[in-house]
Amino acid sequence: MKADAAEPPAIAFREVSYAVAGVRILVELNLQVQRGETLVLLGRSGSGKTTTLKLVNRLLEPTSGEVQVNGLPQHDVIRLRRGIGYVIQDVGLFPHFNVERNIALVPKIEGWPEERIRARVQELLQMVGLEAGLAARYPHQLSGGQRQRVGVARALAADPGILLMDEPFGALDPLTRDELQREFLALQWRLHKTVVFVTHDLREALRLGTRIALLEAGRLVTLLSPEEFLRSSDPWASAYVRAFEDGPQAAFDRGKA
Amino acid sequence: MNVFRFIAQNRGEVLELTLQHLWLVGLSTIFAVAIGVPLGIIIARRSGLSKPVLAGANIIQTIPSLALFGFLLPLPWLGERADRLAILALTLYALLPIIRNTYTGIRGVDPAVVEAGRGMGLTDSQLLFQVQLPLALSVILSGVRVAVVISVGLATIAAAIGAGGLGEFIFRGLAMVNNQVILAGAIPAALLALSADVSVGWLERRLRPR
Repeated sequence: MKADAAEPPAIAFREVSYAVAGVRILVELNLQVQRGETLVLLGRSGSGKTTTLKLVNRLLEPTSGEVQVNGLPQHDVIRLRRGIGYVIQDVGLFPHFNVERNIALVPKIEGWPEERIRARVQELLQMVGLEAGLAARYPHQLSGGQRQRVGVARALAADPGILLMDEPFGALDPLTRDELQREFLALQWRLHKTVVFVTHDLREALRLGTRIALLEAGRLVTLLSPEEFLRSSDPWASAYVRAFEDGPQAAFDRGKA
Repeated sequence: MNVFRFIAQNRGEVLELTLQHLWLVGLSTIFAVAIGVPLGIIIARRSGLSKPVLAGANIIQTIPSLALFGFLLPLPWLGERADRLAILALTLYALLPIIRNTYTGIRGVDPAVVEAGRGMGLTDSQLLFQVQLPLALSVILSGVRVAVVISVGLATIAAAIGAGGLGEFIFRGLAMVNNQVILAGAIPAALLALSADVSVGWLERRLRPR
């Protein structure tokens, strides 16, 4: 998945800063996301990961600098957002719509014909590993894992080129999370979306990312492939690796020490 | 003489006053919804406006109803007819619960749902009509229910300025020191309040999001 030299990056941050009431959340970020890659934004709570994500679909506006999507500064926010899938930790399914209507919302307001919408919903349910019979259920009748699968299906509905995922698997139990991570990889292998994925879990970052951008206090500390990240001598990166590298046995030992 | 016999004997007048009562309450509720819901939506979006608007509606609520009828009397056009005045006063009283519940209903929609909707590229009005209003509907309706029940009671006072309604019987009975006449107004009014309460409550439960 090498990006064409002539082709602009899918997303480009140029000297982007973001501040609220004088507090700097993000400081002079320069970052390019290549077409078809999964860029993981890794960092602690408050490091600016989610802010970075929301600057892409303009839920937030940069204080200075520019965010380009597909090589252009975007002016029509609504058009921009409809071309970007958005998945959040709390899923945010519409509780008064059944699964089918949740998934079909964007195609519907984009005016797709009924038939095409129905076929697309079935295709998406299958794609995210849900039975066709679930289409008529309401969100409160689903398990957490099923809900997040619907969230992913909804984000993919209008076949956006870019997918933004904000700790999508963060609230799930470890087994379901593992399952969804595996399915994400299979899906990404098929679809080649440009994905920006926020997590604070190094394991998840190493497993899913083609590159990992480590943020600390609003600054991009380092940008590495998973292989490089593991061997990195960068103090922040190696601190992460150290904190995560021991397995269950070490955690047990430390707890009982 | 038994109250119910009195009502039966005067059923023509009871029916007429009940319909007048319904007219006062119904029309004022429609006006209050038409003004209160949009106002509630606006202040839910611009939180700077919420305090002054809610405070204003609150102040209206504290004015004694008889005094409010008096204050409104000098108004042009409206002051010319008692029923117009009564409808205006009832509308003003009904505003607070409707504005407040619209505001809290919309504000109470799960922020994750709103963020997801916005992130998916819904316009403000799509978000409002497809997500926020449907999810706030049962809360808004419970405000309407409170408003209707208050209005049915308050509308009896409208008879004091000659606007008609079941208050006619109550004031007449007071003047005649006749409890049966008072009850001939009070019982239908109570039944009206109860049935309004039950029917809007039923609607509210039907429309509650899961």
